[in-house]
Amino acid sequence: MLAAPVILLAGCSPQQSALHPAGVDAHELANLFWFMSAAGFVVWLIVMGAAIYAVLGRRKPTSERFGDNFILIGGVAFPTIGLAILLVFGLSLLPSWGRDDVPELRVHVQAEQYWWRLSYELRDGSRLETANELHLPVDAVIEFALTSSDVIHSFWIPALGGKMDAIPGRTNLLRLEPTKPGIYRGVCAEFCGPSHALMAFPVEVHDADGFAAWLEAEQRPASDVGSGTFLAAGCGACHTVRGVTEISSIGPDLTHLAARGTIGAGTLPNNADQLLAWISSPDHIKPDARMPPYESLPESDRRAIVDYLVSLK
Amino acid sequence: MTDASAEERQLAKVWARPEGWRYFSDVNNSVIGLWYICAAFAFMLFGGALALIIRLQLAVPDNNLVSSETYSQLFTLHGTVMMFLFAVPIFEAVAILILPAMLGARDLPFPRLSAFGFWCFLIGGVFVCGSIFFGAAPDAGWFMYPPLSTEQSGIGADVWLLGLSFIEVASIAAAVELIVGVLKCRAPGMHINLTPLYGWYVLIVGGMILFAFPPLIAGDILFELERAFDWPFFDVTRGGDPILWQHLFWIFGHPEVYIIFLPAIALLAMIVPTFAQRPIAGYSWIVLSAIGTGFLSFGLWVHHMFTTGLPAISLGFFSAASEAVAIPTGIQIFAFIATVMLGKVTRTVPMLYALGALAIFIVGGLTGVMVAVAPFDFQAHDSYFIVAHLHYTLIGGMLFPVMAGIQYYYPFMVGKTLSWRIGVWSFWLMFAGFNVAFLPMHFTGLLGMPRRVFTYSAEMGWDWLNLISTIGSFVFAAGFLLFVWDCLRPKGHEPNAPRNIWNAGTLEWASKVPSDPWGMRSIPWVHSRYPLWDDKELLSTIDEGKGLLANAGEGKRETLVSAVLDAEPEQVLRVPGPSWIPAITALGLSGVFIFPVFKLWPATALSGVLFLASLLYWLWTGTAVIPEKKTKDIGGGLRLPLYVSGVRSTGWWAMFITMVGDLTAFLSLLFGYFFFWTIHEDFPPPGVDGPGWAWPAVAAGMVILTWGTTLGARLVNARGDRVVARIFLGLGMGLAVATGLALAAGPWTTGLDPTSHAYPAIVWALVVWIIAHLAVGFVMQAYCLAGSIFGKLTPEYDADLWNVTLYWHFTGFCALLTALVIGGFPLLA
Repeated sequence: MLAAPVILLAGCSPQQSALHPAGVDAHELANLFWFMSAAGFVVWLIVMGAAIYAVLGRRKPTSERFGDNFILIGGVAFPTIGLAILLVFGLSLLPSWGRDDVPELRVHVQAEQYWWRLSYELRDGSRLETANELHLPVDAVIEFALTSSDVIHSFWIPALGGKMDAIPGRTNLLRLEPTKPGIYRGVCAEFCGPSHALMAFPVEVHDADGFAAWLEAEQRPASDVGSGTFLAAGCGACHTVRGVTEISSIGPDLTHLAARGTIGAGTLPNNADQLLAWISSPDHIKPDARMPPYESLPESDRRAIVDYLVSLK
Repeated sequence: MTDASAEERQLAKVWARPEGWRYFSDVNNSVIGLWYICAAFAFMLFGGALALIIRLQLAVPDNNLVSSETYSQLFTLHGTVMMFLFAVPIFEAVAILILPAMLGARDLPFPRLSAFGFWCFLIGGVFVCGSIFFGAAPDAGWFMYPPLSTEQSGIGADVWLLGLSFIEVASIAAAVELIVGVLKCRAPGMHINLTPLYGWYVLIVGGMILFAFPPLIAGDILFELERAFDWPFFDVTRGGDPILWQHLFWIFGHPEVYIIFLPAIALLAMIVPTFAQRPIAGYSWIVLSAIGTGFLSFGLWVHHMFTTGLPAISLGFFSAASEAVAIPTGIQIFAFIATVMLGKVTRTVPMLYALGALAIFIVGGLTGVMVAVAPFDFQAHDSYFIVAHLHYTLIGGMLFPVMAGIQYYYPFMVGKTLSWRIGVWSFWLMFAGFNVAFLPMHFTGLLGMPRRVFTYSAEMGWDWLNLISTIGSFVFAAGFLLFVWDCLRPKGHEPNAPRNIWNAGTLEWASKVPSDPWGMRSIPWVHSRYPLWDDKELLSTIDEGKGLLANAGEGKRETLVSAVLDAEPEQVLRVPGPSWIPAITALGLSGVFIFPVFKLWPATALSGVLFLASLLYWLWTGTAVIPEKKTKDIGGGLRLPLYVSGVRSTGWWAMFITMVGDLTAFLSLLFGYFFFWTIHEDFPPPGVDGPGWAWPAVAAGMVILTWGTTLGARLVNARGDRVVARIFLGLGMGLAVATGLALAAGPWTTGLDPTSHAYPAIVWALVVWIIAHLAVGFVMQAYCLAGSIFGKLTPEYDADLWNVTLYWHFTGFCALLTALVIGGFPLLA
């Protein structure tokens, strides 16, 4: 019964899989899953075996005392012992850190319908604002401070570990420790509205040098070459492009948009055609998206905006 | 014995079913139960059709069969319909149908209440389901988390809140009816420990409904106050908190799972001994573990909230409690297996379904044990793993046992037999289809697929698993339709099923085929758990009219009421016959719940008047009717009263049970008050000085007086002093009004604005709740006063006054507590 899915698992893409772990927690939990499944399968066989034997078997107990003993052993002793062991083992996996333990990196995540506002705490105490694509160093404890600006969301990177809700008015803490560089995918796990299915984010785990390089590149301001139409069309009324327009941050930060792999929070590949489609009618791609459509802009203007966005490496 | 056939003719005349269009005015349990079952299955088919559309949408990646908005409505309504319109009602439906016969009663104690509940359920269910055809169905998921659901425009959330609150009324009505049925309507001699296990389960589940549904109703009230009047209970910008809803919802939601599961297991507890041809092994084990499950189920709700950022100590506690509930469940399963081991097995279709149920349910139970381990839940929560888990639990723990029960009881309910061949086919199609559909979902979930996504991209690697699930779901549906066909196909030309077709031991199988609306010809004394096996004379005693209450000489429908523990006969209860009044009352109440969805306030008020008027007419003409003589000879040398009041009467118990549920709702609101206290550092918030202590203190004094005068009226009336009793009642009415005014004066004079912050909002919510109860109490006092004046209530026949006094015990207590909390707690805090 378990063999078929295992074969299926081997063939699939593991970017968003809890069964292809790339983090300390995810490893432990995947092992726990396989262990509990195997134990559960044995329990299932025993109980069903007893039931089927009871119906079909020829040699049967006759003593009335058998009933009480059977219930006592099968229904009381066996589950109590089994569950106690599982509980001790399972709860030992609960996060054991206290609020005083300092993580190696802290990232503030504010979930919004339907994207992720990310803010890295830098060593000098300042913040680095970005959106919708997470970059993490390998073998480091990273703390996520999760909140939400509108409805309840849930922040989940299955390959790294468990999920935690992002709730308006509260800040929840989640720690993850990636163990393997690579590209993974996170999603929103709590239903948050019509585009809940389209609220994801790529997660790139770098080695230490790679992460430092990314962090440095990300801190550089953007160039304003070619930003004329972008600014004239009023994009700055919602979006920040550091060094170019910083008056508002209602929408995602676009400073290094072109360096990201996807647009629309993990929804579309990031290229000129898709960007044009997106700014023309975001609502068509992501129902209920907050960004208004710009079909009314002349196509030449929209293309000029896309040209600028593509330059934001 | 000369008039044996005359007695039979009397019974037939008195219990005759109404014919023609009047058929729908029937209130007899055997008819209401059948309607209820049919309606619940119809809603289930509707919910299943929604599920098939969901599966079609997910069959291939990037599908656009339905829009995201439609998809949200589909899954919200699927969950809502299956939980509120099928899983809980089917328990009530089956219980209404089979319980009286099983206990040896002629009908349930309040037939019109069952009918009223049924009409509420039907109207509310059609309203909620119909919304999707107008694109106006609720669309925030069946647990409706705010702020998503509070901020939504459109009427979807209101349909959910008001439509379901209305249906919950039906659930509570049925719970009251069934609890009193088990406690007071057992055959003479059916001591509590001789009660069939099904009766025990009904009692336990009825009790759970009383404690589980009211928190949801309280939550619904807060929720609707926020949506309709902008009282910010769940709005963080004004001191509210969305987590409060999650607590109230899951304090209901988790016991709900066991409210669904236990009655289904109860059916297995009847089926297994019959087909093992021996008494159940471990009767006491089963009763105790069912009670244990009921208790534990109220301590698990937080496991639905493991990822909301709770402290580790809570996670540990609720993990442990969630694991612990597996133990009583295991005991019940092992008791069934032990019974089969010790018995001589008959291989039948119901047994096949029972085995299938076990195979599926154990998987659901084991994955339940897995997700109860909090760290693993961090991965599994809100993924398709949970979708798989909950369907294994509900379909193995509810649908398959219920189908086993329908297969088993079909000859009892309809008088015909189902096809063995179709039964086996539908079983294997459903069993195979179910596993093909849902087993892969465990892996889809752990491969990262969150629940409630309307689409996914091909790169995710979930396409094959989803396609397999979709194929399985259609096979499953085909099997179910085959079963439905078998139940509905015309069987006119087939012979009737033989009497007691399975050679069962419990009393319901003593009924004739086709069964009579009055149940048994005469009611026998019961001395064992399986009277039909142990007492070979039983059938002839019943049929020859040698038992009790063999006639209906006064032309009234009558059933026996017995003592709670030892089932000594206590009273002959007159039960009502066909009447339109339950349907009219339900119609009035439906307007009270449905018109506010569309903000049609005058229509709401009009419906309220209709409801109140028909309810009063119902009570006045049909309850606590003074009989034409004091006692009746029921045979066997027994002469029983036709009228009792106080703790021996069924009405008193119904009031008591209702008020326990009502108290739970009140305490849930109070929980809200203290919940806000725990999340705010300053509570009441700075700058707010209402409602002060003075007015609440006045209200507290007033309510003690109201309470006292009502109790005084009962005592004085019982002594025969009718005039003083009337004065007390009139005084009580005045004091009830004064209490309400004093209670409102506190927040009113200090200018508490309920839209400004969660604190004034919760104070007002408590005050409004109490005022509504004072108003009901006022009407009750007026009713008794009128009764006393018009001779319906006398020193001897004073059941109404007993029940009203009981109501005031609860309402007085709640009002006093409210005054103390809103007036006194701010002084402490």
